This record gives sequence, C-alpha cells and structure tokens, in this order.
Amino acid sequence: MTVAEPIDAPSAPDQGRAVIEIDDVSKVFGDYVAVDHADFTITEGEFFSMLGPSGCGKTTTLRMIAGFETPSSGAIRLEGQDVSRVPPHKRDVNTVFQQYALFPHMSVWDNVAYGPRAKKVAKDEVARRVDELLEVVRLSDFAQRRPSQLSGGQQQRVALARALVNYPKALLLDEPLGALDLKLRQNMQLELKRIQREVGITFIFVTHDQEEALTMSDRIAVMNQGRVEQIGSPREIYDRPATVFVAGFIGQANLWPATVTARQGTTTTIDVAGRTLDVTDDDSGLAVGDAGTFMVRPERMHVELELSDPDRWTVFATVTDAVFQGPVVRYELALPDGAAAVAHVPARRDGLPLPGDTVHASWSDESGVLLAGSPALAPATGNDDAD
Amino acid sequence: MASETSLRQGRKAPYALLSPGMLWLILFFLVPMWTLLRIALSEKPNAFLPDYELTWRWANFSDAVDRFQPELVRSFAYAGIATLLCIAIGYPLAYFLAFKAGRWRSLLLGLIMVPFFTSFLIRTIAWQTILGQEGPALGLLRALSLVSVTDAIGLTRDGAFLNTPQAVVGGLTYNFVPFMILPIYVSLEKIDARLMDAAQDLYSTPAAAFRKIVLPLSLPGVFAGTLLTFIPAAGDYINAELLGNVKTGMIGSQIAKLFLKESNYPEAAALSFIFMAIITAGVLIYAKLLGTEELAA
Repeated sequence: MTVAEPIDAPSAPDQGRAVIEIDDVSKVFGDYVAVDHADFTITEGEFFSMLGPSGCGKTTTLRMIAGFETPSSGAIRLEGQDVSRVPPHKRDVNTVFQQYALFPHMSVWDNVAYGPRAKKVAKDEVARRVDELLEVVRLSDFAQRRPSQLSGGQQQRVALARALVNYPKALLLDEPLGALDLKLRQNMQLELKRIQREVGITFIFVTHDQEEALTMSDRIAVMNQGRVEQIGSPREIYDRPATVFVAGFIGQANLWPATVTARQGTTTTIDVAGRTLDVTDDDSGLAVGDAGTFMVRPERMHVELELSDPDRWTVFATVTDAVFQGPVVRYELALPDGAAAVAHVPARRDGLPLPGDTVHASWSDESGVLLAGSPALAPATGNDDAD
Repeated sequence: MASETSLRQGRKAPYALLSPGMLWLILFFLVPMWTLLRIALSEKPNAFLPDYELTWRWANFSDAVDRFQPELVRSFAYAGIATLLCIAIGYPLAYFLAFKAGRWRSLLLGLIMVPFFTSFLIRTIAWQTILGQEGPALGLLRALSLVSVTDAIGLTRDGAFLNTPQAVVGGLTYNFVPFMILPIYVSLEKIDARLMDAAQDLYSTPAAAFRKIVLPLSLPGVFAGTLLTFIPAAGDYINAELLGNVKTGMIGSQIAKLFLKESNYPEAAALSFIFMAIITAGVLIYAKLLGTEELAA
C-alpha cells in the first residue's frame, strides 16, 4: 500500500535543517501529565501543526517552545542550542497569541515596533521593518489606529506582523484563527499560507480544527492526552492513520472491530464485518488472535445495487438512511454483523440505492487500514468541532 | 411622518433621562453653592451673634488666605504625602490581589473592606489608643529599647507618637489606603495577563514589560485612587484633631472651628471656597498631566 501523492512533493520536510528539536520532553503539573515524552523535530521553513482536542498538550508544548513553561524533563533545542531554561525574552521565537494580546494603549505601528525597539534595533531600521511588515499583512493604512478600532481579522494580522517583524527563527501560533468566523477563518488560512511562503519562516501552528491543519500544514503532529499519536503529512495522516484515535479525529472514518486470523509477512488476514479479507502492507503489529480496528474512509466506500465488477468481493448491507448533501449522498448502512457503516457516494442522477435496499458495500484493497486497539479509542464526538 | 416623530422623541429622550440627575444637582449642589457664595461675600455685624449680611465683601477671600495660609499649606502637604504613601502601599497590594492572590483573592479583598464596618471616627480613636503614651506601640518600643532609634529616624518625637505631623500623615494614610487599593485593583484586574506574556515574548524583561504595559494601563486606576484619597484627605480634620496638636491643624479643622465654635459663617464660607478652588485647579492640572482622557479612549 504505497502512498505516492504529488501533493506531498514540495514539502519534503525530512531533508530540511532542524530549527526546533523537542527531545523527549514531558511536562507535569502536580500529578497531571500535560505532555508525555514528546519527541520530534521541526525543520526550517516548515508549516508544522500540532493538532488535538483541548487538553491534549499542544498548547503546553507551544508554551514550552516559547519559554513560558519549563519542561519537567527532556530538552528543547533551538538551532542546536538547549533553550529549555532560557526565559522568553531571550528566545528568538515569537508568538501569535490566542485573542492576539495586542497592547491596547498603543497604535498598530507601535505594537508592531515593540519587539525591535525592545531589542534596541536602530530607529530607522525599526521604521523600515515595521513599514515592510505592515505592507506584508496589508495594514499600511491602519498604522495609526488603535487595536480596538480594528476588526478581528485586522487585529489578527497586526498580531502576525508584530511577531514576524522580529524575523524569528520560528513563529508560534496558538489557535490564532479561533476567534474569527468561518468565512474570515478560511480567508485567513490562505493568507497565512501566503505570508509564510513570502517570509519563509518556520510556522508552528496549534489548532484543534483538523480541517484547518489539513489545509495549511506541511506536517501535522496529532496529539492526544499529552502524547504525540502520529506525525506526518496531511495525506499520510488522513490515509494511513497510525492509531484509532487519529483515524477518528481526522476526517470521518468507519471503524470496525476486526480479529487477526493469520499473518504472512506484511499481509494479515482478518475477520471483519462478517467477512475474511487480506490486509496488505500491514504495520499494526497485531498477532494472530488479536483484536484490532479496521478503518475505511466513507468516500472510499462503494455502494452498488448491482455488482459492476464480479471479481470484487463485497459485504451485503442494508441502507438505513440516505442523505443528499450536494456533491455526495451520505449513506448509513447496517452490515450483516450489526455494525454500522457510513459511505459517501458521488451523487449521480439515477441508479442510487434508497433506504431499505440491500446493497453490495465494498472498498478497494488499499483504502483499508488495520489498527491496533478497539474502535472505542476514537474520540467520542468525532472532529466536527467547528469552534 | 411617524419616523419624524420618533426621531424627535429620540432627541428628547437623553434629556428626559438626564432630568432626575440634573434636578438633584441643582437642588443639592448649585443651590447650596450659591448660598455658600452669598455667605462668603457677607459680613458679620456682631461678633457674638451668628448673623451675617450680604455686603459683597470680596476681601473675605484674601483675609481667609492671609489668616489660614499655614493650615492651607499643611493640608495639601499632609494630604500629598499621605497620597504618595497610599500609592506606595496600595499599588503593590493591588498588584498582588489582581495577579498573584489566586483563590485567596476574594478573602483578601474582603479583609480590605472590613475596617469600613467600623466608623472612621472610632478607627482613628483606636489609633489614638494604640499610639498613646501608655499604648501597646510605645510599650513594645520601650521593651525593645528602640525609642531612641525611632526618635532618631523621626518616627517618634521625644519618645511619643502622638501630636506629631507623622502621626497625622500616618492616620490619613491608614484611613484612605483602601480608596487607593480598590481603583488600582480594578484597573489592574482588567488587564489581560497575556499582555505580559506578549511583552516578554517580544524581548522585554518582566520589569520592562511591567513598565511599558501594566503601569500605563493601570494609570487610570492610580488617577482615580489619587482623587479618592487626596481630596478627602486634604479636607479631613479628624486625624489632625485626634492624632495631632495645634501645630498640625489642617484646613478642615479650621473650617469646622469657624462654623461651629466661632459662628463666623462668612469667613468659614470664604475659606471653603478657596479650598474648593485650589482642589479643582489641582485636579484639572493633574488630569491634564496624566492624560486620562487619552487613556480612557
């Protein structure tokens, strides 16, 4: 099961120079483990996201990189230098805060000039940089306004300029789009990508919105309960989730209990949904007799009244609900073993099954992934948290 | 047509809403002020009777200034020092309450309010007892043989706390410090703690972040606290009466004496006017210097 997607080509993150190394970092508050042995490297010019539900440790990790928290164990290195105990004002990273934290008593211009001035940059250099950055975020006409006189999106861009004006080694963004409404958020996602390409600085982006992470990131670290569950490109994380949690948190997924009946090399034979099938390229680590979870994305499901390809194996299923959603029809199916399945089928004009029909449900071999652990490990509310 | 009517009503509504307040101000501020001004411009025909006649005697004002200049100067000096002490004590306390007190905050705020359950007068009398010749404060100093030290640094005079300017200023500071703490606390409490994070993230040391962010944002609170402290402290006479002596008299005690003991209403009224005029001018200059309008915007 090889995933060779042209979409991934430009990022090639593994070849870049390491900017930030998170070396076996843990953070404990009292007896609460906020971050549990996080260990990864962020490379130069990368758009790196930390994604997870609230309380997963992503913000704590970001605050440790910024210097607001000190790791309980492990080390954080910035361009090779251990900065674990360096205070924030001595670190060459800057943060775009949630709700922006703009200085209300200063003009936009003075807000942006704050960092270079504190760093004792020469006066005309400060002016040059501030004007340049206000240009980049398209706020030159608002330089003399107070933050309170700006819209949410404009405040967001001031916060961005205020951080970027220092040419940091990495820019840390703590849910920066959370306070914006949906339309503005989508615009800002593209705007952020544009600015990141323009300035070429490493962005470390914290979000709980999986769609946002998928849209913008070169790589994503999915976190849950303080642990990093998986790090990979959006495509890898979506197509080849490493854990049941990741499969359930990113996008939508059918997660069925499966039992391993045989193994041969990387080909594993499992019982799922009342059928026996082979999973190729399996790296779940499950042994014969183990119970696991088998995942198929809804849009990889085929639902047919008449079998178009007699060689394809299928599962009989009953349509329990069909909802027209524009580009796709969302089917809810009941499988023979009682499990439920969701399928997104392109909305053709005719020949579509209706509720009550018995259908052939199937998926192509390479779109199923076998995972260790029970389907119950998936996040309870899924990922449609639009907040 | 209908919209025009509602527009008119819309224009009148603010005045209608203002009228109770305006009426209050006219009845209880403008009318008494006018009466007071007439008294201030009157003469007292008979030294032994409380009567007065309006003779438009403007010299009452210059007479009052001449006669009570030491008390005027003393009032503003004592009140000024007490206000500075209130800032020095109140600001750190308010800062602690706003940013560090955590779950103790409500309790500590309550403790600041507790003295208000006792009357101002009683609290000051209590200080008289505490600081008196046979009181616990001096007793402790004597037991530790520190009286000569406190004499040397000016905390006591000839082995006594009372009847000194220090005692009066101390009493004023004690009585008015809550009025400094509370407005500063309110303005600090409104400051988003992340602004401090942001300033430090932008290369400011914690001290610089305080100077450039927290301090300017809390100035409206300092301004309000100063007004609430300085004005009543300058006009106060209980502390000067109970903790001081004849050489520490403040303007409040002189006005009270003129009104209540000498029944010299014109001079008392003139002195009150001068006092108000100086305070008003002072507040305007102070507001201008601190630029609170700018800050409030």
